[in-house]
Order: sequence, then structure tokens, then C-alpha cells
Amino acid sequence: METLANLALGFSVALSPYTLLLAVVGCFIGTIIGALPGLGPSNGVAILIPISFALGLDATAALVLMTSVYYGAMYGGRISSILLNIPGDEPALMTTLDGYPMAKRGEAGNALVLSGVASFVGALLATIGLILLAPVLARVAFLFGPAEYFALYLLAFCTLGGMASNNQAKSAIAACIGLGIAMIGVDSSSGLPRLTGGNLHLYDGVDFLVAIVGLFAIAELFFFIESHGKGSSIGVVLDKVSIPWKYIKQTMPTMLRASGVGFVAGVLPGAGASLGSFLAYMTEKSIAGEKGGFGTGVPKGIAAPEAGNNSAAGGALVPMLTLGVPGSGTTAVLLALLMTLNITPGPTLFRDNPDVVWGLIASLLIANVVLLVMNVPMVKIFVKILSVPAWILLPGVTMISTTGIFALTGSYFDLLMLVGFGVLGYFLRKLDVPTVPVILGILLGGNMEDALRRAMTLSDGDPTYLFSSWIAIGFWVAAILGFVAPMFLRGILKKPEGHVD
Amino acid sequence: MASDRIFGLVTLITAVAYIAAATQIQTNFFSGEYLPKLFPLIIGAVAALSSLVLIFKPDPDPDWPMARTWGNLAVAVVVLAFYSVLISPLGFILPTAIAAMILSYQISPNARQAVLAGLGLSLGLFVVFKFVLMLGNVVAYRIPTPAKLWDAISILIPFVGH
Repeated sequence: METLANLALGFSVALSPYTLLLAVVGCFIGTIIGALPGLGPSNGVAILIPISFALGLDATAALVLMTSVYYGAMYGGRISSILLNIPGDEPALMTTLDGYPMAKRGEAGNALVLSGVASFVGALLATIGLILLAPVLARVAFLFGPAEYFALYLLAFCTLGGMASNNQAKSAIAACIGLGIAMIGVDSSSGLPRLTGGNLHLYDGVDFLVAIVGLFAIAELFFFIESHGKGSSIGVVLDKVSIPWKYIKQTMPTMLRASGVGFVAGVLPGAGASLGSFLAYMTEKSIAGEKGGFGTGVPKGIAAPEAGNNSAAGGALVPMLTLGVPGSGTTAVLLALLMTLNITPGPTLFRDNPDVVWGLIASLLIANVVLLVMNVPMVKIFVKILSVPAWILLPGVTMISTTGIFALTGSYFDLLMLVGFGVLGYFLRKLDVPTVPVILGILLGGNMEDALRRAMTLSDGDPTYLFSSWIAIGFWVAAILGFVAPMFLRGILKKPEGHVD
Repeated sequence: MASDRIFGLVTLITAVAYIAAATQIQTNFFSGEYLPKLFPLIIGAVAALSSLVLIFKPDPDPDWPMARTWGNLAVAVVVLAFYSVLISPLGFILPTAIAAMILSYQISPNARQAVLAGLGLSLGLFVVFKFVLMLGNVVAYRIPTPAKLWDAISILIPFVGH
């Protein structure tokens, strides 16, 4: 009953004509961002945060816009997977396996609509899961003290690093780069500058927006320069689009199962949507068995990863909202948005800002419906946008991101740092060092250190205090397992080979 | 192999320098003697340890771009650096047009397309930013004095700028 009342509150916030308009605009922009190869959800949200902030949107409006973009990008990623065999974003990788073969068979329209419906089912179920699970988790989180929080942050870094990278040492270095950068600036307790090298520009610390936009968007420009914009032309023709009821009915159980798998994967801190789509696909593949024909363009092979991916995207919001620990790269960026808006996620968010939380949840539901309506009849428009050539797209994205940062801070120093982060991002990605832990480190470094300091102050400097409760010990064990286990599982969890022309 | 070893060495040196810097962090009565140093020291130690692992157990090398492409990338970085310092004294349109043009040319070397991208993006984005989104800090053009222009460019020269 309480949940319904809260939802009503949320809808009363989110259902004004203005916010509805923002939701539609956000969904449209998000789908385009997700569809364009090289511009994932993290990039998209990251580029738009400075702009939406410079626009002076209030918290609810900015949140509605950005979550619409986030969900939209999750939908859009599948379009280029199916038509170009290039995942529009990382979680859409699994969709290429069956989506592209199906499109090549002349069923591109069916594949797009089916994946759209699967996305809708996944996202809808995940949002319902979020509504049920988040308040419960928020109540549990009230039991957390500094020791528990420190262990929880550690867990996020360990699992994220373990999943995101092929080399544990590299993900640890990535996390350290981020955390190390977060330490720069004036220390909150002493009021004295730390690690600034005497540079006045660094007294305020490094703005995480600069880091995010640099590592994601500017680095992408360098990658396109390296590849000279090759590999972004449409290989499949899309003629007529109709609704394949038969496929939808046939794959419904798959979608439901995949949504469940995806949601669980999303809720785990640090795992995120890529793991969700991967696990959903692999589960369905093993249920279907040999004669299921996975990899040859079967409807189930499209429905499973899309439902899983979108469900995980919703699930990843649970730890982000209740604990302040994002479950994926994109939720990290959304966390950055909340922090920019001066909203601190965590258990208190549900108590102190119910309008924000439930407005967000309501706007997720709205965005989801808008996206389904938008994606089925308008899919052709998005396909057209895919043919924007790289030589205009990437300079455009670069200019939008630099101007966004400039409009926000007006400082040449931030722009130079932006370029620096772009170069860093290029080298890190070249060397197979994951960049998401860097972002997470910059975002969470301050909180993580605060937790450690408070723990040390409470215990008068006794390090065993960090292991003083069963919850904390559980997190430590999970963190160590999450970091070590992927080393042994890597052989088993090998990603299937993509389709090569 | 070599790439990871070099990367490991660079991070190791950075980590050691970071630890050294962390021991020098100033403290006072409010912060306590060791608390502001504790977490930076832990970070530095973990980074140093991971760097050592990387040096002794490197992954295979990635495919690095060819010399020509390095040239393209270097041009892009230089262009962006100049763009960063010139957007303030020169306004939005001129730096954006030139930067977008050069960047477009680095992606696909076609002069006509590059000019098109430069002009289209600078004018189009200006209209969007200024009149649709009404962002602050976005000014069409400014005519700087030579001294101001030099001030801006000198930022990029180490030890001369500020």
C-alpha cells in the first residue's frame, strides 16, 4: 500500500507536461546515442550532464531527462548490433550474435521489433523489481556504519574490476588512478591542500564530469581517428517493418527468464548490464541446447540478451540509489549526475527526498512506455540517423562535449584536463585497462576515504574495527572472491565468437 | 609484452612519487597527524604492487597504430589543446570551425567534407547552444588584443604560462 502511495507521489512529480516533454526528448536523444556506434550510454549521459546543468534544469527535470537518455541508449544499442553487426554499446554485444544473422536473412524489421519488445519487458520487470527491492535494501542500509561502507566500496571496485577486465592487476591500477585523482584538492578536515603540486586550479579537486567526458567521449574521437571512421556503413537493408506476433509469443518465456537473470546481475555491485546480457544469453543457450540453433539468427537469441541487458540496467539502479554504489559504468555516470544536483544517494535518499526517488522511478516507467511506442513505428528514422558519417559525427560530439564543459565551468584549465583525460583514456583502452574503475574511483574516492577515516576515528586507529561486524566481513569475503574468482572462471565464461562476414 | 612493462614502469614511478607526495601532506590539529595521509598511502601502495605484477606478468602487446596515424592523433591533441585556450579570447565560432575542420580531416582526409563539417558544426552548434539551449559562456566572437592572445597561447608553453 505504501508502495502505491509512493508511486502516486512519483507520478504526480513526473507527469507534468514539461517533464513528459523532457522524457520524450530524452528517449529520442538516448536512442540515437545508443544506436550510434562508439557512443554508448555512458558517453551519452556524460556528454549531456554538463549541458543539462548549464541549462539550469531543476533536480527532477534533469533526472527525468537523463534517465530517459539512459534507458533510451539501452534500447538504441541494439539497432546497430542488428543492422551493422557493431554493438552500439558494450551490453549490446550479445545481440549481434543472433540479431545480425537474422537481419541478413531479410528479417531485419522483425529482429528490431522483437528486440524492442524484449527491451520493454526487461526494463519494465526491472523497474518493478526496483520498486519492490530498493526500499527494503534502503532499510537494511541504515544498519551500515563506516566499516561496512568502506568494505562495500571495496566490494564495488573488486567485482567491477574482476568482471570488466581481463587482467586483475590492470583493473586495480585503474581503480587506483581514479582514487588517487579523487584525493587531490583541499582536505575537508584540515582545510589544507593535498597533492595539488601547488597548482591553484587543483585546489577544488578534479571535476568528475571532466574526467568522464574526457575518458569516454574524447578518447572515442582518438579511436575514430585511428580507424579513420571505417566500419560504420549499413550492410543490411531494412524494407518493411511489421510486428512479428509469432516471435513475440514464442519468446515470451525466454524474455521473462532473461529479465530475472539480468536483474540479479544488475543488482550485484559492479557487474552491470554487460554481464546481464551475457548471462541471459548463455542461460537461454544452455536451456535451448544444441538444437536451439543459437548463433544462427533465432528469435530467442535476440530476445534473451536484450531483455537481460535492459533488466540489468534497471537492476543496476538498485545499489546506486540505496547504497550510493553504482552497479555499472553508466549508473556511475548517473551517480555523477545526482552528485552534481547535490543529491546524495544512499538510504537517506528514500527518507529525505522521496519526491526525487519516486519521481525517478515513475519517469523510468514513463520512459519505458515512450520508448516502446517510439521504437516500433519510428525505427526507420533511427536507422537513417545511423548513416551519419564519422567525419561529421565525431568532431560534432567532441565540440558538444568541450562546449558543455566550457559552459559549465568557463575554465581553460578544465578543457586542457579534458584533453588530457582523453589521451589517458586512449592509452588505457589500448592497453586493455578498464576505464570504468577510474571513473568510479574519482566519484567514490572521497566517500570511501571518509568511511575509512570515520572508522579509524571511532576505533581510535584500530584497523581490526574494519572487520568488526558480520556484514563487513561478508563484504570483505565477497570482495576478495569477486576479485579472485574471475581469474579461474575466465576460461569457462569465454564470450562466444561474433559473426564474421 | 613491452607495452605492458612500460605501462607498469610508468605507473610504478607515478605510484612511488604519489607515496612520496602523500607523506608530505600537511596536517593540523583538526585532521590529526596521520588520517589525511592514510588513504593516499594505501592507494599508492596498491598501485605500486599492481604495477610490479604487471611488469612481471605482462599481457601481449595491443596493435599500435602506424607512424602516420600517430601523426594524425598528435595533430588532434594539439588542435584540442589550442581550442581549449582560444575559445575564451576568440569566442565560439572561429575556433570551433577550425578545430572541427581539422578533426574531421584527421578522421577522413577529404578537404571538401572537412570544410563542410567545420562550417556546419560551428554555425549549427552555435545556434543550438546560444538560441535553443541559451547556455552561458558561449559568445559568438571576440576580437582580442595581441597581448591577450599571447596570454592565452602562452598557457600551453611550459614554465612560461601560468
